Amino acid sequence: MKKAYLLLADGTLFEGKAVGYEGQSIGEVVFNTGMAGYQEVLTDPSYYGQVVTMTYPLIGNYGINFDDYESRKSWVSGFIMREIAEYPSNWRCRLTLDEYLKEQKVVGLAGIDTRALTRKLRNAGVMNGVIYTEGFEPDEQTIAEMKAYVVKDAVKAVTCEESRVYPAEGEQKYRIALYDYGVKYNIERELQKRGCEVVTIPALTPPEDVIGKFDGVMLSNGPGDPAENVEIVENLKKLLKSNIPIFGICLGHQLLSLAIGAKTTKLKYGHRGVNHPVKDLDVDRTYITSQNHGYAVVGESVDPSIARVRYVNLNDGTVEGVEHVNRPVFTVQYHPEVCPGPMDTSYLFDKFMDNIAKAKGGAQ
Amino acid sequence: MPLRKDIHKVMVLGSGPIVIGQAAEFDYAGTQACRALREEGLEVVLVNSNPATIMTDKAMADKVYIEPLTVEAVQEIIKKERPDSLLPNLGGQTGLNLAMELCESGFLDKMGVKLLGANPETIAKAEDRQLFKDTMEKIGEPCIASKVVHSVEDAVEFTREIGLPVIIRPAYTLGGTGGGIAYTWDQLREIAATGIMYSRVDEILVEKCIAGWKEIEYEVMRDAKGNAITICNMENVDPVGVHTGDSVVVAPSQTLCDKEYQMLRTSALNIITELGIEGGCNVQYALNPESFEYAVIEVNPRVSRSSALASKATGYPIAKVTAKIAVGYGLDEIENAVTKKTKACFEPTIDYCVVKFPRWPFDKFVYADNTLGTQMKATGEVMAIDNSFEGALMKAVRGCEIKLDSMIAPRIQQQSDAEIRKGVARTDDQRLFHICEALRRGIMTIEEIHEITTMDTFFLHKFQNIIDMEKELASAETIDKDLYIRAKKMGFLDKTIVELSGGKDISGVKRLPVYKMVDTCAAEFEAETPYYYSTYDEETEVKPASGKKKVLVLGSGPIRIGQGIEFDYCSVHAVWALQKLGCETVIINNNPETVSTDFDTADRLYFEPLTPEDVTGVVNAEKPDFAIVQFGGQTAINLAAHIEKLGIPILGTPAWSIDAAEDREKFDVILEKCGIPRPAGHTVMTEEEAVKAADELGYPVLVRPSYVLGGQGMEIAHKEEDVREFMKVITRNKVENPVLVDKYMMGREIEVDAICDGDDILIPGIMEHFERAGVHSGDSISIYPSINIEQKHKDTIIRYTEALAKNLAVLGLVNIQFVLYNDQVYVIEVNPRSSRTVPYISKVTGVPMVDLATRCMFGEKLRDMGCGTGLHPESDHYAVKVPVFSFQKLRDLDTQLGPEMKSTGEVLGVSTSFREALLKGLIGAGFQMKKKGAVLISVRDSDKQEAIRIGERFEALGFDIYATSGTANVLNRHMVATNAIRNVDEPSPNIIDLIESDKIDYVVATSVKGRHPELGSVHIRRTAVEHAIPCLTSIDTASALLRCLEGDIKIENCEMVDINTI
Repeated sequence: MKKAYLLLADGTLFEGKAVGYEGQSIGEVVFNTGMAGYQEVLTDPSYYGQVVTMTYPLIGNYGINFDDYESRKSWVSGFIMREIAEYPSNWRCRLTLDEYLKEQKVVGLAGIDTRALTRKLRNAGVMNGVIYTEGFEPDEQTIAEMKAYVVKDAVKAVTCEESRVYPAEGEQKYRIALYDYGVKYNIERELQKRGCEVVTIPALTPPEDVIGKFDGVMLSNGPGDPAENVEIVENLKKLLKSNIPIFGICLGHQLLSLAIGAKTTKLKYGHRGVNHPVKDLDVDRTYITSQNHGYAVVGESVDPSIARVRYVNLNDGTVEGVEHVNRPVFTVQYHPEVCPGPMDTSYLFDKFMDNIAKAKGGAQ
Repeated sequence: MPLRKDIHKVMVLGSGPIVIGQAAEFDYAGTQACRALREEGLEVVLVNSNPATIMTDKAMADKVYIEPLTVEAVQEIIKKERPDSLLPNLGGQTGLNLAMELCESGFLDKMGVKLLGANPETIAKAEDRQLFKDTMEKIGEPCIASKVVHSVEDAVEFTREIGLPVIIRPAYTLGGTGGGIAYTWDQLREIAATGIMYSRVDEILVEKCIAGWKEIEYEVMRDAKGNAITICNMENVDPVGVHTGDSVVVAPSQTLCDKEYQMLRTSALNIITELGIEGGCNVQYALNPESFEYAVIEVNPRVSRSSALASKATGYPIAKVTAKIAVGYGLDEIENAVTKKTKACFEPTIDYCVVKFPRWPFDKFVYADNTLGTQMKATGEVMAIDNSFEGALMKAVRGCEIKLDSMIAPRIQQQSDAEIRKGVARTDDQRLFHICEALRRGIMTIEEIHEITTMDTFFLHKFQNIIDMEKELASAETIDKDLYIRAKKMGFLDKTIVELSGGKDISGVKRLPVYKMVDTCAAEFEAETPYYYSTYDEETEVKPASGKKKVLVLGSGPIRIGQGIEFDYCSVHAVWALQKLGCETVIINNNPETVSTDFDTADRLYFEPLTPEDVTGVVNAEKPDFAIVQFGGQTAINLAAHIEKLGIPILGTPAWSIDAAEDREKFDVILEKCGIPRPAGHTVMTEEEAVKAADELGYPVLVRPSYVLGGQGMEIAHKEEDVREFMKVITRNKVENPVLVDKYMMGREIEVDAICDGDDILIPGIMEHFERAGVHSGDSISIYPSINIEQKHKDTIIRYTEALAKNLAVLGLVNIQFVLYNDQVYVIEVNPRSSRTVPYISKVTGVPMVDLATRCMFGEKLRDMGCGTGLHPESDHYAVKVPVFSFQKLRDLDTQLGPEMKSTGEVLGVSTSFREALLKGLIGAGFQMKKKGAVLISVRDSDKQEAIRIGERFEALGFDIYATSGTANVLNRHMVATNAIRNVDEPSPNIIDLIESDKIDYVVATSVKGRHPELGSVHIRRTAVEHAIPCLTSIDTASALLRCLEGDIKIENCEMVDINTI
């Protein structure tokens, strides 16, 4: 059996067994604490440029099915787990995880002390690393490259080239423009379910193509440093001037916050999991949310005359969502579309529908 | 919302005695709740009839009532104490049912008592079958096709609609008492009838059987604001059809993808929200393994056994948080006590695999029906943590103390292929080992086994991995480092590796495990009060020593017959005493139900099996200065020699003394030296030696294995074939220790617990057994202070106790059992360790025995401790301990009391009057006090003379008397008017028909020889049990009951005693 390794920027080396694709890959090493949902994680474009470590030790138990992909392919730069299931069992299982990783050319590493790695990342913060199979040892130059690695032009790498139309389920009520910054299928599904025709559009689609042509705008999740998306932020500023209802998720939330003049910052080790408590300050309720982000909006930078921080993380107090004070615009840092994760906040899509209904009512 | 302003004095209801289906988990829950409430400055009034619990400790609540958990008793306490609120959801089904009755009758309203954490509508919606179905329908949660019926005919009619097989579930019973799966019409009629009888409201649910679906549980919590979270989900390795308490359970679920996980999670939160529960709740699901179809099986609107497991599996203190929610807090306001950085409003995530393994009583109850179904049969459980399923399973199996170190069961290895196949198809406590053996022999494929058992192939492949490793070890040329580590990661002990490899050398590759934390958050946050589990990983997380003296306390493992919650009481008190002495404490235990495995009991907790190798790992990691073994029952005692070998000094009584007390020859030397008589006896190893010894001593003799607790395997043999039968049972598993054959003396049994500091002794109290010798001390009604022992005998007992304690070098606790026979005191048994009676004697005498014993180990002297020496002054309160059995749940088990312990728990009756104390004890143990009716008497010849007196007394009360012919003859001859009835083997209508006719209120049935379910006398007793008719199997117990019936005392007129005032 072949060995595989993870070399971190600080020189730490983890040795385990090779799974999935054989090769070498550089990325930002992060950990995800969800106990199920590895298929959704693998196919979530927000993990672009990252080597993902699962903290739950038994991964691949239910294999891979053909229904639970969140995008057309896997985006991770590498995948690390303690134990990979050789004999998965689930009625929908079509592939083993190993087969899928091979198919997607994802370099995998199993059998390492994932808890030790997680503790390292918790204490030192996310760190770059190179994951490689025996025979693909990195040379000096690769190691230097790894150390200097930053996730760059991430949105450009994951967004669609052409727009796609998804019909409404049942009677069509609204048309939604969905900016694809790295969208997960379930955002589309949630909107379709609510009677929306969804047009997923490339990230750099000018606002002029949207305003007046759609009932609402959905800003998707996505990877990378929000601040590098200068052009998108400018577009959003224009979009904000119209009165079109907007709902932003994750990167969409960060980009819109930038558009209203707020700042973003990188978190030490991010939030990646399905157990994050978020408090809705308006109604004094806390919801368990699915999260996947390395950056966050700085609370003090949100101008209260434009928007207010309505949702906060109960664990560390970080901003989890803002609401525009006089426009039908709101955004959340977490993932109400889940997949993976708890469905407690899917009511936000209903709220978006309400905003659209009100806006349309006003227009009529 | 912060603490409610209208709550000042809270009554907490416990769960009563330990019975199958309701064990130590409620002591853990209640203790945590009491502490949580007192933290808030609230006054706590606790009621629980179980004296072995920590929650009934004086320090746990402001007022502690060890009184029967009946409506009448609790009403009296409420009248006396006037609490403003009642917390009902931490005392199991018993506490909940009791609270509901108090509420429904309007009593709580009348007394101005608020019900916290639940309301009757909520409870009814979850517990009443029809209301539950309606509620689920309303919120669109699917249930299984079912109907509530109140008669056997209706059950049959509905089953015609939905088809066999069906499951019968009685309403309002715990652990599914009286339920079962009916595959035939006859079975349906039988189970339906039993179920209706056991239900508090004569109600059963007839349900389409979906055996074979995955059984998944969710533990959820909700606060008054509506915040709702999941603590943990769990998957049963045994699919639907086996009670979750009897299933091997793994946390989190292993074979559910995120969609399935979230679908059921959402459902569970919808349910807890609709029911409006404030606190913890458990929802059980059946999930079709071939689709997204699911059905809600059951909702427990309270803290349950599964909550205890979920708490320990994740580190999330469900009971504590439930108590805080009940008094007003929101989940977002409660601190996460493990991380101390985050809030209780989050969902724990775990980065390891947890396996729970049930502990069944079939090693002791060899004739009881060991098949598993909807009726729970396990008395306890162990939990094991590792980062592989294989490792956790192997830890659980070896930690269960069933004489197995791995999945290899020697007895099953001897079976034929045909027997193995049969075993795979039979759902019983051995099935898992049959499956492994089938895989080992290669006689069945995983697919075949899946077809038969419907166990998920995921788990079957895991078993296969373990088997493959066994084979790899057996065929390996050498055990290299890689193979060794892979075997360790799968949970193989060093000794198993050596055994399997044919004695290969592993000294070069051997290593000890590292320890990882249970921290609720998969390492995302740093943890303040975590606990540990071992793995064969790289990095250890054991924190550096504090510099204080470090003492290792060994726990007592799973709850089983003979070793119950009382040893956990002692372990926890030892920890507290050590902490007061300024020591750092380390505890090893694997029982998730207990207070000792709570995250904040000891400074360090290791959730590990109690085997020599596992203990070695912890000793190496912690390097304790000392160890204490005398509080953890036989489990800990068995490790004493090993701990000494590791070079860790044992505090208190040394290992050699423990050995001397168990080793017949060594013990005889000591007795001779002290001039103390004991019943004559011999030590034997084989059946032939046993028969020879018995012949020499003369029958009857007592046969028992040494080094066991609770009289395991102990029997009175009246003739040679008895000796042969018992020896066969004892030697069924390998004999490591000799068997003792003693002359049996039928006298008065006396028991003493004492503390010895090396110079002086202190005897808090002398206890006397109501039943004569021959009934195990754990199964006897026990009275403190004694009422029938003359002063001269007391003096002898004190003298003997002192002599034995000193000559056995006891430092700490010692338990001695005596028999008073022909005006002479004999010693039967000495146990230089804590005993079953320590908790209750500590409570009623006010002598903190474990605390004193622990201080003695550190050189303090009893005379300086303020409790005196010698015999402690007798209390002015009587305390009568009455055993409680779980006979209803164990089919085919003979209820005849004998030298082998059968009770699962106990209650205490406390009063200044002996008769009142006895009454409280009997009522607490579940006896109905019927002043008239009918009694059935069928006794062995040797009891016939005494039965006359019993008959007369029942007759005087106005009871109709029925008896089998032999007994009837004797009674009638002695002027006790008796109806003679036909015996079991005679044609109908006979004694069985009579019992089934519901005419009989009490049964007195003793027999020379019991055990085998085919015997007539056993059949009589079983029938009585199955019809919930009290069955007294000793003349003495019958006499105790009569004493209560004869008086005109009622529980309403008894004074309720706060033990803090004794």
